[in-house]
Order: sequence, then structure tokens, then C-alpha cells
Amino acid sequence: MQVLMQVLNGLQLGSIYALVALGYTMVYGIILLLNFAHGDIIMVGAYISWLVMAQLGMPPVVAMILSVLGCTLLGVLIDKVAYAPLRNAPRLSILITAIGVSYFLENGAQLVFGADAKVVPAFTDVSTIQLGGASLSFAAVATVVVTAVATVVLTLLVQKTKLGKAMRAVSEDMGAARLMGINVNNTISFTFAVGSALAGIGAILYTMAYTQATPTMGMMLGTKAFVAAVLGGIGSIPGAVVGGLLVGFAEVIVTALGLSVWKDAVVFLLLIIVLIVRPTGIFGRTMSEKV
Amino acid sequence: MAMLSVQDLHVSYGAIKAVRGISFEINEGEIVTLIGANGAGKSTTLNTVAGLLKPESGTIEFDGASIAGVQAHKVVQRGLALCPEGRRVFTQMSVAENLEMGGYTRSDAENRETLERVYDHFPRLKERRGQVAGTLSGGEQQMLAMGRALMSRPRLLMLDEPSMGLAPILVEEIFSIIKQLNESGTTVLLVEQNANMALSIADRAYVLETGTIKKTGTGAELLVDDDVRKAYLGG
Ligand SMILES: Nc1ncnc2c1ncn2[C@@H]1O[C@H](COP(=O)(O)OP(=O)(O)O)[C@@H](O)[C@H]1O
Ligand SMILES: [Mg+2]
Repeated sequence: MQVLMQVLNGLQLGSIYALVALGYTMVYGIILLLNFAHGDIIMVGAYISWLVMAQLGMPPVVAMILSVLGCTLLGVLIDKVAYAPLRNAPRLSILITAIGVSYFLENGAQLVFGADAKVVPAFTDVSTIQLGGASLSFAAVATVVVTAVATVVLTLLVQKTKLGKAMRAVSEDMGAARLMGINVNNTISFTFAVGSALAGIGAILYTMAYTQATPTMGMMLGTKAFVAAVLGGIGSIPGAVVGGLLVGFAEVIVTALGLSVWKDAVVFLLLIIVLIVRPTGIFGRTMSEKV
Repeated sequence: MAMLSVQDLHVSYGAIKAVRGISFEINEGEIVTLIGANGAGKSTTLNTVAGLLKPESGTIEFDGASIAGVQAHKVVQRGLALCPEGRRVFTQMSVAENLEMGGYTRSDAENRETLERVYDHFPRLKERRGQVAGTLSGGEQQMLAMGRALMSRPRLLMLDEPSMGLAPILVEEIFSIIKQLNESGTTVLLVEQNANMALSIADRAYVLETGTIKKTGTGAELLVDDDVRKAYLGG
């Protein structure tokens, strides 16, 4: 029983990391940008949920819709305002801009909402579900199911749809994609929209579990998810999911052993080991293929 | 009226002036070739016409409408396709997916029809339609790049060094396909370092040297021109 609970905890935390890692990986896949502001988009999503439910007194379903929508728009806006003008600039300039956007969002949130944590109300009264005699946390089960569905939908989108194929074409050769008649800027915007929508979903699942919004919550979450994406092989969808689950399970195992102060260190240790053994990550392609 | 008319075109990469005031025309139904040494500005010219690069000055007219500075993804919609130097197929996508990308601006119904024609010209692509493009041989990749460009149903097809790096027998095959395409109604602008082959199938040719046009004439004229023979045909 205890073991089953821990497995579910690992799955839950890992799923959240996986969702966030998917956003990192998609944006990296298409414009080779480590979007450091990605974690902060989740923070904004959490504040939207808090605003809508705790301040405006509106039902949870409205909070969910507005959180996902708000994150999606924010992601696209960040690309248009901050990254698109630098499309032909050296990669370092865009990277530094991403760090700047991240600070801007964190400090902006602190200015608007204050530094103290806001309590995000529960999305549902249901707290457990019964499954074959076991009583499982609803938030955990919902998180795992939503992440699984999102991963399948995303994979189908990228592999099967015209837009998904355009995304892959842009990711491989922007110039050749333009010659095909693909509007590269729109395709990149769409990628940001999808990645940020996943961040919005991640925000809801995260606040279901941890019920708090703080200006800096996106930082650690984002960093862990980034580690997950790199572990799995940045640019790879299955890699992001496997990386997310690995990081989630590593944390839960370390915590269960009573070593919770070490949980962050273990995640980075895992990253170092994987990068030594397999520098491109678990599902990563070698860089020479990408040229 | 010429189908494509380029007048006094200048293109630079920062301080490097790659194309310095060239003018040329292509009439419907022709095969026109631009020949010249490595670095003469041939690819820069094609990339600018296709909209990948912005001209510094000069005019580019296609069917009488200006396309100078029009973005590449819009140029292709007007019926002008570039098969770029180095092929640039999407190596991680299948042959069929590459062709699908070529027809990006066209309807599914149109693409089904064009695909049949492309497979007629390149039966090998049909055999390999499920294969990942990166695993094709150089010749097959060139065929895929050409087929992909044809999927947009261009009236003017620009080919940048289609014979580059190919064995002589494949070069023959590629050139005979270019001729076929032209006979079935596609106007062709061909850039080549393989001047001999290019001149022998071209109606007209322009010789490009350090960003300017040095000579022009019919393919047959330039094949026997002394200067051209010395510089590009090995005597
Ligand atoms: N991306 C670039 N940046 C700077 N200079 C370039 C670039 N591409 C080409 N050039 C320069 O422009 C000139 C013309 O190049 P190009 O058009 O590629 O010639 P060609 O296709 O005839 O070999 C050359 O001097 C080349 O070095
Ligand atoms: Mg060239």
C-alpha cells in the first residue's frame, strides 16, 4: 500500500514535470531556444486560477479555461515581443533575452501580487477515488491521466497533422520550409501557443497538488522540467515524458528515504550522470543529424 | 512580355556585395541557364528571386507584378519554385512527407494529382515513399528536392546546381528529366557549374562573373564561344 502510494506520488510529480518539459522541448526543437521564461508562464497560470476563484468568486471550470487561455496568449506574446525581433540575432542574445523575460515576469508578479504566497482554492471537492479497494488521490490520478492524454494528442499533432509536419520542417531547415510556402513566423507562434497551453495545464495540476501561487514558484519547477527535458534528450517528445517521470520518481524516492533535503541535489546529480554517459540525453539525436 | 524580368539587381551580405547590378529575362517555355564560377553570385540571385534574401535595389517582376522583397512563402504561391543548392530535403521526414511539404500551399485534391505526375517523373521516389529522406542516396535526394519543388505546381522552376556531387550517369538522368519537365510546359531557370551540360540543354544563357553579367547568348552560341570555353569548359 505504502509502495503504491509512493508510485502514484512519483507519477504525479513526474507528470507535472513532463508537461512542463514538453513545452521546453517543443520550443527548443523549433528555434533552438532554451525558453527560460517557460516556468514563469506556469506561475502566471497559477495566479490566474487564484484571481478567478479566490478574488472573483467564479467557478473552477472558468479558472481552468482562463488559466490555459492566459498562458497560451502570454507564450505567444512573449515570442512576438521578445524573441521574434531577434530571429536572426546570435543565439546568445535570445538566451539572455529569455532570462530577462523570466526576471520580468517574476518581479512583475511580485509587484502586482506581493511576495507572500496566495492560496489557490481547490478545483474540486473530490479528494480521493476508490480503485479496487485502494483509495487514491484524485489530484494524482487526474494529473497522470491528463498528462497521458496530452502526450498522445501532442504526438499525433506533430506526427500526423499538416501544421505538425510544418513544425518539423521549420525545425529542420527554416529556409527550405519557407520555400515550401510555410509561414515560419506563424508556425513558431503556434509552437509557443501549444507549449504554453501545456504550461497552463501544468499550472492547474500543480496548484491542485500544492495549492499555492508565489512569484518564484516557476523557477524551481521550470529548472527541474528543464533538467527533465535535457535528460530525455531536448527536442524529443518521448524524451520529455521519460525525463519528467525520472525526475519525479527520483525526488519521491529520495524523500521517502527520509533524505528530502537532498532531493534537488539528486535531480542535478542524475542530470550530470546521464550527460556523461549519453551527452544527447536518453532519446536525443546526435547533433550532426540536425545540421 | 517576359515571364521573369530582373533589372539592375543588387544584393549584399552586410559589406559584401554579392550581386552588382545584374539584369536578365526569362520567357515562358524557355530553359535559361546562369553559369559562372564558384562565388559568382548565382545562388544569391536565385535566393533573392525566391524571396529568401532581400534585394538592396533593382526590380524583380514575375508575370508583370513586382516580387522584389516579397517573402519566400508568398512567392511560391505565385507559381515560382526554387529547388535550392545542396538539395536541403527534410532529412528526418519521409519521402512522402517531403513531397507533402512541397504541396503545402495546394489543396489535398491538387496534391493527389500532382503526386501522380511527380511519381511518373521519378518512379524511384514512389518505391521509396516511406523511407526517411536522410537515408536516400545523393541522386535520390536530388530527385526528391526536384519533386518537392514540383509539388507546388510552379510555372517557373529554378534549379540551383542540381548536378552537384552526382555521378555522371545520374547527371545525365537529372538533365534529361529537366528537359522532360520543360517539354511538359514548365519554364526553367537553371544554375550550374557544369556549364557544358547546362549550355547544351539551354535555349539561352547568361555568364555571371563576380556579381555582374559578362556575356549572354543562346546555349549553342556560348558552347562554341572562345572565352566561355577557356573559362568554363576546360578549353
Ligand atoms: N551567407 C553569406 N554571408 C556572406 N557572404 C556570402 C554568403 N553567401 C554567399 N556569400 C558571398 O557572396 C558571393 C556570391 O556567393 P553565391 O551567390 O553563393 O555564389 P555562387 O552560387 O555563384 O557560387 C560570394 O563571394 C560568397 O562568398
Ligand atoms: Mg551557389
